[in-house]
Amino acid sequence: MGWQKKILRVNLTEGTCTPEPLNMEWANQYLGQRGLATKYLVEEVDPKVDPLSPENKLIFATGPLTGTPASTSARYSVITKGPLTGAVACSNSGGYFGAELKFAGWDMIIFEGRSDKPVYLYINDDDARLLPADELWGKSTWETEKALHRMHQDPQLRVSCIGRAGENQVLYACVVNDLHRAAGRSGVGAVMGSKNLKAIAVRGSQGTQVADPQRFLQVVAEKKRILAENAVTGQGLPTYGTQVLMNIINELGALPTRNAREVQFEGADKVSGEAMHEPRGSEGKPNLVRNQACFGCTIACGRIARIDKEHFTVINKPEYWGASGGLEYENAWSMGPDCGVDDLDAMTYANFICNEQGIDPISFGSTLAAAMELYEAGAITDEHTGGVPLKFGSAEALAKMVEAVANGEGFGKDLGLGSKRLCEKYGKPELSMTVKGQEFPAYDPRGIQGMGLTYATSNRGACHLRSYTVSSEVLGIPEKTDPLVTEGKPALVKAFQDVTAAVDSSGLCLFSTFAWSLEDIQPQIDAACEGEWSLDRLMEMGERIWNLERQFNLAAGIDGSEDRLPKRLVTEPASSGPAKGMVNRLDEMLPEYYQLRGWTPDGVPTPETLQRLGL
Amino acid sequence: MEIPVTFKLYASLMDYLPPQAEGHAVTLQVPEGTTPIDLLERHGVPMAEVQLVLVNGVFLSPSQREQPLRAGDTLAVWPAVAGG
Repeated sequence: MGWQKKILRVNLTEGTCTPEPLNMEWANQYLGQRGLATKYLVEEVDPKVDPLSPENKLIFATGPLTGTPASTSARYSVITKGPLTGAVACSNSGGYFGAELKFAGWDMIIFEGRSDKPVYLYINDDDARLLPADELWGKSTWETEKALHRMHQDPQLRVSCIGRAGENQVLYACVVNDLHRAAGRSGVGAVMGSKNLKAIAVRGSQGTQVADPQRFLQVVAEKKRILAENAVTGQGLPTYGTQVLMNIINELGALPTRNAREVQFEGADKVSGEAMHEPRGSEGKPNLVRNQACFGCTIACGRIARIDKEHFTVINKPEYWGASGGLEYENAWSMGPDCGVDDLDAMTYANFICNEQGIDPISFGSTLAAAMELYEAGAITDEHTGGVPLKFGSAEALAKMVEAVANGEGFGKDLGLGSKRLCEKYGKPELSMTVKGQEFPAYDPRGIQGMGLTYATSNRGACHLRSYTVSSEVLGIPEKTDPLVTEGKPALVKAFQDVTAAVDSSGLCLFSTFAWSLEDIQPQIDAACEGEWSLDRLMEMGERIWNLERQFNLAAGIDGSEDRLPKRLVTEPASSGPAKGMVNRLDEMLPEYYQLRGWTPDGVPTPETLQRLGL
Repeated sequence: MEIPVTFKLYASLMDYLPPQAEGHAVTLQVPEGTTPIDLLERHGVPMAEVQLVLVNGVFLSPSQREQPLRAGDTLAVWPAVAGG
């Protein structure tokens, strides 16, 4: 078990909700969540389809461990063809929604078609209905959740929804659940908006079941002890969250600054995880209020933060005075150093707006950084921006532009296109810090070589969460490697990619792997699911998923020629820090990576590779 | 002979910085031959809590932490932390 063995197919064009059995043959090959939903996508969607057309499908998928007593078992993923990239999109979120969906008896929801009018999906165990969302359309994610609780008289209803960004089809709009957890990347929220689907509200009472309860509970307890006793997952992450990386990555000379022109930011300390603990502002209280856990998580890395009431962003806006989802490292980087901004409260405000209106902060911040460089170069003027000077370092510009994107107004429409389209529109495509159309996150590949290969080969466009080699290259988990060398990185990236694909298909959080290896996760899957789930089987499955995603992208017309980094990263040397004088040496890594993958020199899986993986 | 070095402690190790530190950093005059381990011990930093040690941004493995610092070096130290 582990699975509920039931999926819900929702045809938005016809207005129907139809249960069907989970394809267990596929589940045995792809486990769940990322892998299994990608299999459904590949089987059911033409890779060449317009991502925002009714022909695209949108899948919400849990894993077999989602909602079980295993630690970090909160995860679900949203899978579709992404509008930002045209590639496979798979965005993973925590919170409580995924577990609730499982409790209602569903492994997965597949949305197809497009509704004529705004609707939301209401699920109460087996009862699944599409209901009118006219009064929700135009509302923020926060207002939507509140309204659904009121409409159904159920404060425990779990909600996953889009804000105005998704409705307006901002190409990096995300899906937000539980107020401030998000399936953040690749514009999955824009696909939801294109289908006139505002929200999913779910209530479940069926619990979860596992194949061998006694063995499962025993192994889960044993593995929870490892998380508690590990210094990173037991102390570091709960206390400082991911934002502790700000000073580390800056010291390392790998903090992309001012649209990646530089690799170190003079204001890093002011916007770091440590700074979030320091009393500041008029009230003498810190930015950080407390940490927060997702369902079942014993790490609790989430940040709950507040903005100083006298900060310019929230004067006369009491709705933003309360505690809400605070800065994670990637968001802090994109809206801080990458824009040259060192104002923690302004960044927190922008983060609140991103949560409130369903915007991916990584893509937004990086797009704004590109706009700031375009402004500096004179390609964008005050006329374009409505009189807002888009200067690097301007907290005012950050606050005004996040509002403009949220409301789909003025220059916000251009920013909502993402960095690639924005830079093309204003005649300087080389200023876009993207791969396959998606903005890269908070690690400069000139200072961390493996991340260059990670970004270049990520199936969903530039992303750190497909092979987080920072773990090895910076933090020494599981083993320390030198961030400045390319030797060994192709094998490292491939191993991280395959393991991550397996973890992302289980229902568990990738952050557990700061303490757990796949050897710790495997017995939990094996006890929960029918059949024998060995380590080898999971590793092969991870590789199968990676190749399946690659096949989808190739069929969509995205080939090896797009496994490339922005020109800046491979031609403009780092100006300071340990990597001073270095560029990313992708060309040294890519051929070996293709070889290790069993791909042709052009990056196409060979027939032998596909056969070996059963594809 | 003494040399200047910058000493930085982060996250939960910040409490071990001397009073004259500004933010996370303090510039110190230390005897030539001082190693990262010497500096950490001198400030009472529990070695069991030391995880990530960088000199001028470059990682030092545990065996390299007994090599002398040079004039102008920046030593930055963290406990076990991670992110992503």
